[in-house]
Amino acid sequence: MEIPYTVSTRPDTGLWNAKVGIWLFLASEVMLFGGLFSAYIFLRLDAPPGMWPHGLLNVPVGTMNTAILILSSVTVVLAWAALKMRRYRAYWWYMLATILCGVIFLTVKLVYEWPQKFDHFGAYIKPEALGKYEQYLGNKHAAAKDLPPRLEITGHLHNRAALNDPKIKEYEVALDPLNADPTNPAMDRPHFFPLPVTDKIAKIEKEDVQRATMFLPTHSAYFASYFTITGLHGMHVLGGVLVFIYMWLPVSKKLYQRNPEHLANRVEVAGLFWHFVDLIWIFVFPLFYLL
Amino acid sequence: MSLKGFHIVFIIFSTLLAFGIGAWCVWVDLVEGAPIYLAGAICSFVVAVALVVYGVWFYRKMKRLRIIT
Repeated sequence: MEIPYTVSTRPDTGLWNAKVGIWLFLASEVMLFGGLFSAYIFLRLDAPPGMWPHGLLNVPVGTMNTAILILSSVTVVLAWAALKMRRYRAYWWYMLATILCGVIFLTVKLVYEWPQKFDHFGAYIKPEALGKYEQYLGNKHAAAKDLPPRLEITGHLHNRAALNDPKIKEYEVALDPLNADPTNPAMDRPHFFPLPVTDKIAKIEKEDVQRATMFLPTHSAYFASYFTITGLHGMHVLGGVLVFIYMWLPVSKKLYQRNPEHLANRVEVAGLFWHFVDLIWIFVFPLFYLL
Repeated sequence: MSLKGFHIVFIIFSTLLAFGIGAWCVWVDLVEGAPIYLAGAICSFVVAVALVVYGVWFYRKMKRLRIIT
């Protein structure tokens, strides 16, 4: 049985069915991401001074990924326009470019950005022990400069077994530049171009630590929000890429030969989804990386 | 809304983002005096202008080709 209104418009809605469907779906997506963004904003506004990490993400890499997604939106709309003009070869190339952009975005996220975080360590010091670690925190300097208090020591954890082994009484951390030289005025602002970990090792006694973890969702509300939203967004990108691959494979050429307008409509619907996913990133990037 | 319309909305948001990143870079440069951020600001403003030019080109092309759904 032929599915009705895949090409022609329904008399009652004035639209073909898939377009109504995709906009209903996108409306539900707005509510999903809207809730998560709201949660992030309220968590951040409510965070006590010094408890909300800032400048931990790699801005140049994030900017590059943003540019890749914007480029992919251009290529997908050009692929659709090529189909409308019945230029299948051009469609094929534009669609390939879109797929590659999506794959590059996901690769950067999953192979570079996330693992870099998983490899980083942070220990929040108990309020009563802050003075003991003043050489790494520089809170007198921060107070003099009217900066928020520094409560966390971060870097690369040398003895990773210390996380789970109660017999190990201290963490050995190769310090981040801020904790290695906390009174350096250059450290008073977040570094959006990431600085490498120093050779300076700090020994932090476990009894002085309020909580210690790698940069995982358990680290803080910040990383919980970051991994949830970027993870969910990444799954949407993956879904879009899979659909585009299907539309790029020879199976779609058969549909094109049979009914080119039907394929064009499918690409339009997938392109609407892709634009929505890219639009989400346009909000994710400044919220998490810049502000 | 068609893909064409949504694409134009998306390009408007992308342009605003590019201008925003440029302003953010200028702010960091003014506060910290780090020249690398000034370079970032210039790049962002150039990208923002390029997006505006692209948006206009895209709209005119779609109109010319009558790809309006």
